[in-house]
Amino acid sequence: MNRIELKAMAQVEQERQAKFRCRILCCMSTPCISSGASKILAAFADAITAEGLAAEVEAATSGCMGPCSRGPMVTIKNRGEADVIYERVTPEMVAPILNRHVRGQTVPSLDARILSHDIPFFAKQEKVVLAGSGDIDPERLESCVAAGGYEALGQVLREMTPSDVCVEILRSGLRGRGGAGYPTGFKWQRVQKATGDRKYVVANGDEGDPGAYMDRTLMESDPHRVLEGMAVAGYAVGADRGYIYVRREYPLAAKRLEKAITQAERAGLLGNRALDSPFNFRIDIRMGAGAFVCGEETALMQSIMGRRGQPVPRPPYPAQQGLWGAPTLINNVETFGNVAMIINRGAEWYAGLGTEKSKGTKIFALAGKTVNTGLIEVPMGITLREIVYDIGGGIQDGRAFKAAQTGGPSGGCIPADNLDTPMDYEALAALGSIMGSGGLIVMDDTSCMPDVARFFMAFCMDESCGKCGPCRGGTVQMHRILTRITEGAATMKDLENLEELCGMVKDTSLCGLGQTAPNPILSTLRFFRDEYEVHIRDHHCPAGVCRFDNAVSRAI
Amino acid sequence: MTVVTLTINDRLISAKKGSTILEAAEDADIFIPTLCRLKGLSPRGGCRLCLVEVEGSPRLTASCITQAQEGMVVRTETETLGRYRRMIIELLLTERNHVCAVCVMNGRCELQRMAARLGVDHVRYEYRYPDLAVDASHERHVRDPNRCILCARCVRVCDEVEGAHTLDMMGRGIHTNVITGMNIPWGKTRSCTSCGKCVQVCPTGAIFSKGTGVAEMEKRQDFLAWILSGRDDNIWNWGE
Repeated sequence: MNRIELKAMAQVEQERQAKFRCRILCCMSTPCISSGASKILAAFADAITAEGLAAEVEAATSGCMGPCSRGPMVTIKNRGEADVIYERVTPEMVAPILNRHVRGQTVPSLDARILSHDIPFFAKQEKVVLAGSGDIDPERLESCVAAGGYEALGQVLREMTPSDVCVEILRSGLRGRGGAGYPTGFKWQRVQKATGDRKYVVANGDEGDPGAYMDRTLMESDPHRVLEGMAVAGYAVGADRGYIYVRREYPLAAKRLEKAITQAERAGLLGNRALDSPFNFRIDIRMGAGAFVCGEETALMQSIMGRRGQPVPRPPYPAQQGLWGAPTLINNVETFGNVAMIINRGAEWYAGLGTEKSKGTKIFALAGKTVNTGLIEVPMGITLREIVYDIGGGIQDGRAFKAAQTGGPSGGCIPADNLDTPMDYEALAALGSIMGSGGLIVMDDTSCMPDVARFFMAFCMDESCGKCGPCRGGTVQMHRILTRITEGAATMKDLENLEELCGMVKDTSLCGLGQTAPNPILSTLRFFRDEYEVHIRDHHCPAGVCRFDNAVSRAI
Repeated sequence: MTVVTLTINDRLISAKKGSTILEAAEDADIFIPTLCRLKGLSPRGGCRLCLVEVEGSPRLTASCITQAQEGMVVRTETETLGRYRRMIIELLLTERNHVCAVCVMNGRCELQRMAARLGVDHVRYEYRYPDLAVDASHERHVRDPNRCILCARCVRVCDEVEGAHTLDMMGRGIHTNVITGMNIPWGKTRSCTSCGKCVQVCPTGAIFSKGTGVAEMEKRQDFLAWILSGRDDNIWNWGE
């Protein structure tokens, strides 16, 4: 397939969609499926056939629409009308929805289930990576192509040199979305300049943070966007092979990626002579067996090579020596998700989004005690207050905001005093937290901070690979001390030991897992030290979470 | 031979180009502690005892895997490093059941010696007392996971030098353990050649010869240099 045929394919699909007077899009990402979306889609399809509406009404699958706590979600695209989104759709609502939108009847009972497009949840967002997510059918290549899929690949293959592509990415200011925020363009240039017979591109889709599902949703909702980004990267750095590493817990993402790869290869968009150019690029899926440490780039590459998923000391960095000793470009799935838009709309446009040092948008999985939870994409630099109170709709039951945990077990807590912090790499780092891959857990005054720290430490302890001593033994001891604190059995000496352990584990661990594991403790100690002390001295939990049944006598 | 010059602890030293900081320091008789590294085996960087401070680098650097560079300024004996090293040893002692008084390696154990040398006189953390079974099914060797520090020297020597790969690791975090075969009793593995290399490289009493009593076990790690130089240069004169 060449670029003209690609455009023709897009046009055919656009015309096909335009034929329908009404298109009913049912969200088929994991959260909606788990709340019953498959039944809704089937019910719509049955009703359309039964009522002979097949020529003018279509019920189709789509990707994630955002407010996951309100699923199943359905979008109605009626010709000549504004789109309408329904939340918490039940099979009983299928007939009324058809009556209202296809037959033009007034059905007031549905009004309560309509989510307006102007509510702050949508209005404050800026969709770049997830632009197509709520519209396209992730299982149909035509649907993705109609939304502009593979245009960027066509453009770079015909009009740009590999160096041009690297420069374009560099100028866009895109930074790695896995958390550390390394400038993506620099990384691409380093791999491009590295010498090797063979080079590889790796997409990191191993997302293990508790409460985070940004990568999963992107892979499920718009797999072709990730593949296209990888192919552009492959062309830019001179690789002919890519691996996308997906964790085993994401079977739907893997299934859709597999389907997308097959479709794109059959259509000549990937594989040999992509888009009738001399560029060959094959992508394979590697399934992780469910280890948080395999999100660390060197451990991930060990896992791809079929070895025990343990980190290897750097240098050499993957850009020089990665998979099988060859230069390897490794980026997060979300980072690749940005690439096509940067090529399509230009580096200047992209650099105009976000803040001075953190460009573009970031996807967050908003979870916890806000009224609205779900997947959001916001421009960098938006304040935490806007996310919690405008997009999130405030705290449930009108309670008080206490802290937000960003970056999962590697991140830290941001207290209420810092609600006006802009969400960008530098501002978060200054607060002792990190952007991380984008997990955002909002806590109200019923959360106990030592208990939260204990939860994250338990996670790190279970997920430590066991290779280096400080992480293996240190996380266990930190968890034990935190447990004693929350059980009322700790002394002030324990707190001293805990702080010392945090510093040691942070400074001496081999990889990012150990180096960041103490962050939840350090940040809660920084902002909520009094809570720790009250637990130890007074055997009292201000949030009322911890029980002190086994508390030692206060005399000790 | 190309040479690089670097400063370690305010001393100007020269090292062969391509050698690690640790090797450069060893050649200059500067002590850097390590437990997982053994000359002749691939570097692992796992025990973290050999961390040093390199001027201009915000992070501590593992000297066993970092190459010595021209003009590098390295410190191996700072107050922080000493404190961290003692803490790492303490953590190693808490995670298994290290009871020196009944150990075959008592007095010759690298962990014991290192603890003494670094000044570990007590352990501040809670002991875990894991319930680990000794595997004495092999006709000549015994593996006692209670004394293991997971340095993986045995795993590496079995794979890289003997080529049998009988030993490997299983589990993760604190549940990591050295296994034989596909986690079957050592005596039942068919890949083990009974060469005993793992016994000689083990720094503690975790792998020892059957029939050795308390404080009787002696290990000779210099055989590794001998066997490897023998392979490379056809020189076979061990013990001279």
